Amino acid sequence: MSADGCGAPAGGAPVSAAKDAGTQAVVQGRVTRNGSAVPVGYARLLNSGGEFVAEVPLGEDGGFRFFAAPGSWTLRVLAPGNVRAEREVSADTGKITELEVAV
Amino acid sequence: MSRSDVLTDADWVEAHGGDPGVVLVEVDEDTSAYDKGHIRNAVKIDWKKDLQDPVRRDFVDRAGFEALLSERGISNDDTVVLYGGNNNWFAAYAYWYFRLYGHDSVKLLDGGRKKWELESRELVTEVPQRAKTEYHAREQDKAIRAFRDEVVAAIGHDNLVDVRSPDEFAGRLLAPAHLPQEQAQRGGHIPTAKNVPWSKAAEEDGTFKSDDALRALYGDEAGVDFSRDTIAYCRIGERSAHTWFVLHELLGQPNVKNYDGSWTEYGSLVGVPIEVGDGK
Repeated sequence: MSADGCGAPAGGAPVSAAKDAGTQAVVQGRVTRNGSAVPVGYARLLNSGGEFVAEVPLGEDGGFRFFAAPGSWTLRVLAPGNVRAEREVSADTGKITELEVAV
Repeated sequence: MSRSDVLTDADWVEAHGGDPGVVLVEVDEDTSAYDKGHIRNAVKIDWKKDLQDPVRRDFVDRAGFEALLSERGISNDDTVVLYGGNNNWFAAYAYWYFRLYGHDSVKLLDGGRKKWELESRELVTEVPQRAKTEYHAREQDKAIRAFRDEVVAAIGHDNLVDVRSPDEFAGRLLAPAHLPQEQAQRGGHIPTAKNVPWSKAAEEDGTFKSDDALRALYGDEAGVDFSRDTIAYCRIGERSAHTWFVLHELLGQPNVKNYDGSWTEYGSLVGVPIEVGDGK
Protein backbone atom coordinates (compact mmCIF):
# COMPACT_ATOMS: atom_id res chain seq x y z
CA MET A 1 0.00 0.00 0.00
CA SER A 2 1.53 3.27 -1.06
CA ALA A 3 1.39 6.21 1.29
CA ASP A 4 -0.46 8.34 -1.22
CA GLY A 5 -3.09 5.75 -2.05
CA CYS A 6 -6.43 5.68 -0.37
CA GLY A 7 -7.80 2.19 -0.91
CA ALA A 8 -8.35 -0.50 1.63
CA PRO A 9 -6.15 -3.53 0.99
CA ALA A 10 -7.54 -6.97 1.80
CA GLY A 11 -7.04 -7.63 5.48
CA GLY A 12 -6.05 -4.03 6.13
CA ALA A 13 -2.76 -2.21 5.75
CA PRO A 14 0.22 -3.64 7.64
CA VAL A 15 1.06 -2.10 11.01
CA SER A 16 4.76 -1.31 11.16
CA ALA A 17 7.79 -3.45 10.58
CA ALA A 18 8.29 -3.36 14.33
CA LYS A 19 4.86 -4.95 14.79
CA ASP A 20 3.80 -2.50 17.44
CA ALA A 21 1.15 0.16 17.30
CA GLY A 22 3.54 3.11 17.63
CA THR A 23 1.36 6.20 17.66
CA GLN A 24 -1.58 4.41 16.06
CA ALA A 25 -4.77 3.18 17.70
CA VAL A 26 -5.04 -0.17 15.97
CA VAL A 27 -8.14 -2.38 15.95
CA GLN A 28 -7.53 -5.70 14.29
CA GLY A 29 -8.68 -9.27 14.30
CA ARG A 30 -9.98 -12.23 12.42
CA VAL A 31 -13.37 -13.49 11.31
CA THR A 32 -14.01 -17.21 11.70
CA ARG A 33 -16.78 -19.70 11.16
CA ASN A 34 -16.55 -22.96 13.12
CA GLY A 35 -12.93 -22.16 13.83
CA SER A 36 -11.94 -21.63 10.17
CA ALA A 37 -11.08 -18.31 8.54
CA VAL A 38 -13.79 -16.52 6.56
CA PRO A 39 -11.81 -15.23 3.57
CA VAL A 40 -14.66 -13.52 1.69
CA GLY A 41 -16.40 -10.70 3.46
CA TYR A 42 -16.03 -7.17 4.74
CA ALA A 43 -15.28 -5.54 8.07
CA ARG A 44 -16.78 -2.10 8.67
CA LEU A 45 -15.87 0.31 11.45
CA LEU A 46 -18.68 2.51 12.77
CA ASN A 47 -18.23 5.39 15.23
CA SER A 48 -20.06 5.72 18.52
CA GLY A 49 -22.93 7.41 16.69
CA GLY A 50 -23.32 4.42 14.38
CA GLU A 51 -21.89 6.29 11.39
CA PHE A 52 -19.69 4.47 8.89
CA VAL A 53 -15.98 5.27 9.20
CA ALA A 54 -14.05 2.69 7.21
CA GLU A 55 -14.25 -0.72 5.60
CA VAL A 56 -11.76 -3.37 4.51
CA PRO A 57 -12.24 -6.62 2.63
CA LEU A 58 -11.24 -9.57 4.79
CA GLY A 59 -7.84 -11.09 4.10
CA GLU A 60 -7.37 -14.71 3.12
CA ASP A 61 -6.95 -15.51 6.81
CA GLY A 62 -10.19 -13.67 7.62
CA GLY A 63 -8.13 -10.78 8.97
CA PHE A 64 -8.92 -7.08 9.19
CA ARG A 65 -7.12 -4.02 10.56
CA PHE A 66 -8.10 -0.41 11.21
CA PHE A 67 -6.16 2.65 12.32
CA ALA A 68 -8.77 4.36 14.45
CA ALA A 69 -8.75 7.30 16.82
CA PRO A 70 -8.89 6.56 20.56
CA GLY A 71 -12.45 5.83 21.68
CA SER A 72 -15.35 3.42 21.30
CA TRP A 73 -16.20 1.84 17.99
CA THR A 74 -18.49 -0.78 16.55
CA LEU A 75 -17.09 -3.42 14.24
CA ARG A 76 -19.59 -4.90 11.79
CA VAL A 77 -18.83 -7.93 9.64
CA LEU A 78 -20.66 -8.68 6.37
CA ALA A 79 -20.20 -12.00 4.61
CA PRO A 80 -22.00 -13.98 1.89
CA GLY A 81 -25.25 -15.60 2.92
CA ASN A 82 -26.55 -12.43 4.61
CA VAL A 83 -24.13 -12.94 7.48
CA ARG A 84 -23.86 -9.94 9.81
CA ALA A 85 -22.09 -9.75 13.14
CA GLU A 86 -21.22 -6.83 15.39
CA ARG A 87 -18.76 -6.28 18.22
CA GLU A 88 -18.17 -3.24 20.40
CA VAL A 89 -14.51 -2.33 20.72
CA SER A 90 -12.42 0.42 22.24
CA ALA A 91 -9.18 1.74 20.74
CA ASP A 92 -6.26 3.41 22.48
CA THR A 93 -3.25 5.20 21.05
CA GLY A 94 -0.16 3.01 21.06
CA LYS A 95 -2.19 -0.15 21.52
CA ILE A 96 -3.27 -2.97 19.24
CA THR A 97 -6.75 -4.12 20.20
CA GLU A 98 -7.35 -7.68 18.99
CA LEU A 99 -10.67 -9.39 18.54
CA GLU A 100 -11.92 -12.58 16.98
CA VAL A 101 -15.38 -12.52 15.48
CA ALA A 102 -17.10 -15.88 15.11
CA VAL A 103 -20.00 -15.78 12.66
CA MET B 1 -29.69 11.44 -18.20
CA SER B 2 -31.41 8.74 -16.24
CA ARG B 3 -30.06 6.32 -13.66
CA SER B 4 -30.12 3.45 -16.17
CA ASP B 5 -27.82 5.43 -18.51
CA VAL B 6 -25.05 5.50 -15.92
CA LEU B 7 -25.68 2.52 -13.63
CA THR B 8 -26.20 -1.13 -14.29
CA ASP B 9 -26.71 -4.15 -12.07
CA ALA B 10 -25.25 -7.59 -11.57
CA ASP B 11 -28.01 -9.44 -13.44
CA TRP B 12 -27.40 -7.32 -16.54
CA VAL B 13 -23.66 -7.86 -16.28
CA GLU B 14 -24.10 -11.63 -15.95
CA ALA B 15 -26.34 -11.65 -19.02
CA HIS B 16 -24.44 -9.19 -21.21
CA GLY B 17 -20.87 -8.97 -19.91
CA GLY B 18 -19.62 -11.01 -22.87
CA ASP B 19 -21.63 -9.25 -25.57
CA PRO B 20 -19.78 -7.57 -28.44
CA GLY B 21 -19.57 -3.85 -27.76
CA VAL B 22 -19.56 -4.33 -23.97
CA VAL B 23 -16.30 -4.14 -22.01
CA LEU B 24 -16.17 -4.88 -18.29
CA VAL B 25 -13.33 -3.18 -16.45
CA GLU B 26 -12.30 -3.79 -12.85
CA VAL B 27 -10.55 -0.77 -11.37
CA ASP B 28 -8.65 -1.03 -8.14
CA GLU B 29 -5.69 0.38 -6.35
CA ASP B 30 -4.58 -3.06 -5.27
CA THR B 31 -5.03 -5.24 -8.34
CA SER B 32 -4.32 -8.44 -6.45
CA ALA B 33 -8.10 -8.64 -6.02
CA TYR B 34 -8.49 -8.90 -9.80
CA ASP B 35 -5.70 -11.44 -10.03
CA LYS B 36 -7.37 -13.68 -7.45
CA GLY B 37 -10.73 -13.53 -9.20
CA HIS B 38 -12.80 -11.13 -11.27
CA ILE B 39 -16.04 -11.03 -13.20
CA ARG B 40 -15.84 -13.12 -16.35
CA ASN B 41 -14.57 -11.11 -19.36
CA ALA B 42 -13.39 -8.19 -17.23
CA VAL B 43 -10.07 -6.51 -17.99
CA LYS B 44 -8.24 -4.59 -15.28
CA ILE B 45 -7.07 -1.04 -14.83
CA ASP B 46 -4.70 -0.21 -12.02
CA TRP B 47 -5.82 3.06 -10.48
CA LYS B 48 -2.27 4.17 -9.86
CA LYS B 49 0.01 2.52 -12.40
CA ASP B 50 -2.33 2.98 -15.34
CA LEU B 51 -4.12 6.21 -14.54
CA GLN B 52 -1.51 8.35 -12.75
CA ASP B 53 1.50 10.10 -14.25
CA PRO B 54 4.55 8.30 -12.86
CA VAL B 55 6.49 11.51 -12.23
CA ARG B 56 4.31 14.60 -11.92
CA ARG B 57 1.32 14.76 -9.58
CA ASP B 58 -1.28 14.53 -12.30
CA PHE B 59 -3.03 11.83 -14.19
CA VAL B 60 -2.36 10.34 -17.59
CA ASP B 61 -2.63 12.85 -20.39
CA ARG B 62 -4.80 12.43 -23.45
CA ALA B 63 -2.18 10.43 -25.34
CA GLY B 64 -1.61 8.24 -22.31
CA PHE B 65 -5.32 7.56 -21.93
CA GLU B 66 -5.56 6.71 -25.63
CA ALA B 67 -2.64 4.31 -25.35
CA LEU B 68 -4.11 2.65 -22.25
CA LEU B 69 -7.55 2.08 -23.73
CA SER B 70 -6.12 0.95 -27.07
CA GLU B 71 -3.93 -1.57 -25.29
CA ARG B 72 -6.89 -2.87 -23.24
CA GLY B 73 -8.89 -3.34 -26.43
CA ILE B 74 -11.51 -0.68 -25.73
CA SER B 75 -13.10 1.17 -28.66
CA ASN B 76 -14.74 4.57 -28.71
CA ASP B 77 -18.16 3.04 -29.37
CA ASP B 78 -17.97 0.33 -26.70
CA THR B 79 -20.17 0.46 -23.62
CA VAL B 80 -17.72 0.36 -20.74
CA VAL B 81 -18.97 -1.05 -17.42
CA LEU B 82 -16.70 -0.21 -14.51
CA TYR B 83 -16.63 -1.85 -11.12
CA GLY B 84 -14.19 -2.27 -8.27
CA GLY B 85 -13.54 -2.61 -4.58
CA ASN B 86 -13.81 0.08 -1.92
CA ASN B 87 -17.49 0.56 -2.74
CA ASN B 88 -16.60 1.56 -6.31
CA TRP B 89 -14.39 4.52 -5.32
CA PHE B 90 -11.76 3.78 -7.92
CA ALA B 91 -14.33 2.68 -10.45
CA ALA B 92 -16.09 6.02 -9.94
CA TYR B 93 -12.75 7.77 -10.31
CA ALA B 94 -12.12 5.92 -13.57
CA TYR B 95 -15.68 6.75 -14.66
CA TRP B 96 -14.83 10.42 -14.13
CA TYR B 97 -11.73 9.96 -16.34
CA PHE B 98 -13.78 8.33 -19.08
CA ARG B 99 -16.14 11.32 -18.97
CA LEU B 100 -13.24 13.75 -18.73
CA TYR B 101 -11.77 12.31 -21.92
CA GLY B 102 -15.15 12.20 -23.65
CA HIS B 103 -16.15 8.53 -23.70
CA ASP B 104 -19.84 8.34 -24.61
CA SER B 105 -21.15 5.15 -23.07
CA VAL B 106 -19.85 4.32 -19.63
CA LYS B 107 -21.64 2.87 -16.59
CA LEU B 108 -20.89 1.76 -13.07
CA LEU B 109 -21.92 -1.66 -11.81
CA ASP B 110 -24.07 -0.71 -8.82
CA GLY B 111 -22.59 -2.17 -5.65
CA GLY B 112 -19.30 -2.97 -7.35
CA ARG B 113 -17.20 -5.90 -6.36
CA LYS B 114 -18.56 -6.03 -2.82
CA LYS B 115 -22.18 -6.72 -3.70
CA TRP B 116 -21.05 -9.22 -6.32
CA GLU B 117 -18.97 -11.07 -3.72
CA LEU B 118 -21.60 -10.91 -1.01
CA GLU B 119 -24.07 -12.48 -3.44
CA SER B 120 -21.52 -15.25 -4.13
CA ARG B 121 -21.58 -14.61 -7.87
CA GLU B 122 -19.00 -16.17 -10.17
CA LEU B 123 -15.41 -14.90 -10.13
CA VAL B 124 -12.82 -16.29 -12.55
CA THR B 125 -9.07 -15.97 -12.96
CA GLU B 126 -9.10 -16.32 -16.74
CA VAL B 127 -7.88 -13.08 -18.35
CA PRO B 128 -9.73 -12.16 -21.55
CA GLN B 129 -7.72 -11.53 -24.68
CA ARG B 130 -8.97 -8.44 -26.47
CA ALA B 131 -7.57 -7.22 -29.78
CA LYS B 132 -5.88 -3.84 -29.64
CA THR B 133 -7.85 -0.83 -30.81
CA GLU B 134 -7.08 2.72 -31.86
CA TYR B 135 -8.83 4.71 -29.20
CA HIS B 136 -9.25 8.45 -29.69
CA ALA B 137 -9.79 10.60 -26.61
CA ARG B 138 -11.09 14.16 -26.62
CA GLU B 139 -9.47 17.08 -24.86
CA GLN B 140 -10.09 17.04 -21.11
CA ASP B 141 -13.50 18.42 -20.17
CA LYS B 142 -12.41 20.98 -17.58
CA ALA B 143 -16.07 21.58 -16.71
CA ILE B 144 -15.86 18.58 -14.39
CA ARG B 145 -12.36 19.06 -12.94
CA ALA B 146 -11.49 21.69 -10.31
CA PHE B 147 -8.04 23.11 -9.60
CA ARG B 148 -6.83 24.73 -6.40
CA ASP B 149 -7.36 28.36 -7.37
CA GLU B 150 -11.01 27.67 -8.16
CA VAL B 151 -11.36 25.94 -4.82
CA VAL B 152 -9.98 28.90 -2.91
CA ALA B 153 -12.23 31.23 -4.93
CA ALA B 154 -15.24 29.08 -4.09
CA ILE B 155 -14.88 29.57 -0.32
CA GLY B 156 -18.00 31.29 0.98
CA HIS B 157 -19.41 31.48 -2.53
CA ASP B 158 -20.06 28.08 -4.09
CA ASN B 159 -20.82 24.70 -2.55
CA LEU B 160 -17.79 22.87 -1.26
CA VAL B 161 -18.59 19.30 -0.31
CA ASP B 162 -16.02 17.49 1.79
CA VAL B 163 -16.82 13.81 1.42
CA ARG B 164 -14.30 12.45 3.92
CA SER B 165 -15.27 10.90 7.24
CA PRO B 166 -16.24 13.28 10.07
CA ASP B 167 -12.94 12.62 11.87
CA GLU B 168 -10.93 13.58 8.81
CA PHE B 169 -13.12 16.65 8.29
CA ALA B 170 -12.56 17.75 11.87
CA GLY B 171 -8.81 17.24 11.60
CA ARG B 172 -8.60 14.37 14.10
CA LEU B 173 -7.54 11.91 11.39
CA LEU B 174 -5.46 12.64 8.30
CA ALA B 175 -6.45 9.55 6.34
CA PRO B 176 -9.31 7.07 6.30
CA ALA B 177 -9.27 4.76 9.31
CA HIS B 178 -8.21 1.75 7.25
CA LEU B 179 -4.83 3.42 6.64
CA PRO B 180 -1.98 4.45 8.95
CA GLN B 181 -2.21 8.06 10.09
CA GLU B 182 1.16 9.15 8.79
CA GLN B 183 0.67 12.11 6.48
CA ALA B 184 2.51 15.33 7.27
CA GLN B 185 0.08 17.97 6.04
CA ARG B 186 -2.29 19.94 8.24
CA GLY B 187 -5.60 18.47 9.28
CA GLY B 188 -8.98 20.10 8.91
CA HIS B 189 -11.18 21.23 6.04
CA ILE B 190 -11.74 24.07 3.61
CA PRO B 191 -13.75 26.82 5.31
CA THR B 192 -17.48 26.79 4.45
CA ALA B 193 -17.30 23.18 3.20
CA LYS B 194 -20.18 20.92 4.14
CA ASN B 195 -19.22 17.47 5.38
CA VAL B 196 -21.24 14.81 3.60
CA PRO B 197 -19.21 11.60 3.86
CA TRP B 198 -19.33 9.61 0.62
CA SER B 199 -20.62 6.64 2.60
CA LYS B 200 -23.92 8.39 3.29
CA ALA B 201 -24.70 8.11 -0.43
CA ALA B 202 -24.31 4.34 -0.38
CA GLU B 203 -26.18 1.46 1.17
CA GLU B 204 -24.29 -1.10 3.18
CA ASP B 205 -23.96 -3.36 0.12
CA GLY B 206 -22.27 -0.55 -1.82
CA THR B 207 -25.25 0.35 -4.04
CA PHE B 208 -26.30 3.96 -4.38
CA LYS B 209 -29.30 5.22 -2.45
CA SER B 210 -32.41 6.31 -4.32
CA ASP B 211 -32.48 9.69 -6.08
CA ASP B 212 -34.99 11.00 -3.53
CA ALA B 213 -32.83 9.91 -0.61
CA LEU B 214 -29.74 11.43 -2.23
CA ARG B 215 -31.46 14.71 -2.96
CA ALA B 216 -32.62 14.91 0.66
CA LEU B 217 -29.15 14.02 1.92
CA TYR B 218 -27.32 16.83 0.11
CA GLY B 219 -30.11 19.38 0.01
CA ASP B 220 -32.28 19.29 3.12
CA GLU B 221 -29.84 17.63 5.49
CA ALA B 222 -26.47 19.11 4.44
CA GLY B 223 -27.65 22.43 3.05
CA VAL B 224 -26.03 22.16 -0.37
CA ASP B 225 -27.59 24.90 -2.50
CA PHE B 226 -28.42 23.22 -5.80
CA SER B 227 -28.70 26.59 -7.55
CA ARG B 228 -24.97 27.15 -7.10
CA ASP B 229 -21.89 25.47 -8.55
CA THR B 230 -20.38 22.65 -6.52
CA ILE B 231 -16.87 21.31 -5.95
CA ALA B 232 -16.41 17.95 -4.23
CA TYR B 233 -13.15 16.91 -2.60
CA CYS B 234 -11.73 14.24 -0.30
CA ARG B 235 -8.13 13.26 0.37
CA ILE B 236 -6.88 12.28 -3.09
CA GLY B 237 -9.95 12.68 -5.28
CA GLU B 238 -11.40 9.20 -5.63
CA ARG B 239 -14.00 9.24 -2.86
CA SER B 240 -15.07 12.63 -4.21
CA ALA B 241 -15.37 11.09 -7.68
CA HIS B 242 -17.99 8.83 -6.06
CA THR B 243 -19.84 11.95 -4.84
CA TRP B 244 -19.30 13.72 -8.18
CA PHE B 245 -21.00 10.70 -9.77
CA VAL B 246 -23.95 11.08 -7.41
CA LEU B 247 -24.40 14.82 -7.89
CA HIS B 248 -23.59 15.10 -11.60
CA GLU B 249 -24.62 11.78 -13.06
CA LEU B 250 -27.42 10.51 -10.80
CA LEU B 251 -28.98 13.80 -9.68
CA GLY B 252 -28.15 15.64 -12.92
CA GLN B 253 -26.66 18.73 -11.28
CA PRO B 254 -25.02 20.67 -14.11
CA ASN B 255 -22.02 22.39 -12.53
CA VAL B 256 -20.24 19.89 -10.35
CA LYS B 257 -16.48 19.47 -10.36
CA ASN B 258 -14.20 16.99 -8.69
CA TYR B 259 -11.12 18.55 -7.06
CA ASP B 260 -8.65 15.71 -7.56
CA GLY B 261 -5.86 17.56 -5.75
CA SER B 262 -8.11 17.30 -2.69
CA TRP B 263 -6.83 17.45 0.88
CA THR B 264 -3.33 16.16 0.14
CA GLU B 265 -2.87 19.30 -1.98
CA TYR B 266 -5.02 21.81 -0.10
CA GLY B 267 -3.78 20.75 3.33
CA SER B 268 -0.21 21.32 2.16
CA LEU B 269 -0.69 24.75 0.56
CA VAL B 270 0.99 27.71 2.22
CA GLY B 271 -1.26 30.57 3.19
CA VAL B 272 -4.73 29.15 2.49
CA PRO B 273 -7.42 29.23 5.17
CA ILE B 274 -8.18 26.02 7.05
CA GLU B 275 -10.92 25.31 9.55
CA VAL B 276 -10.77 22.58 12.17
CA GLY B 277 -13.51 21.00 14.21
CA ASP B 278 -16.74 19.22 13.48
CA GLY B 279 -19.25 20.22 10.85
CA LYS B 280 -22.00 22.63 11.78
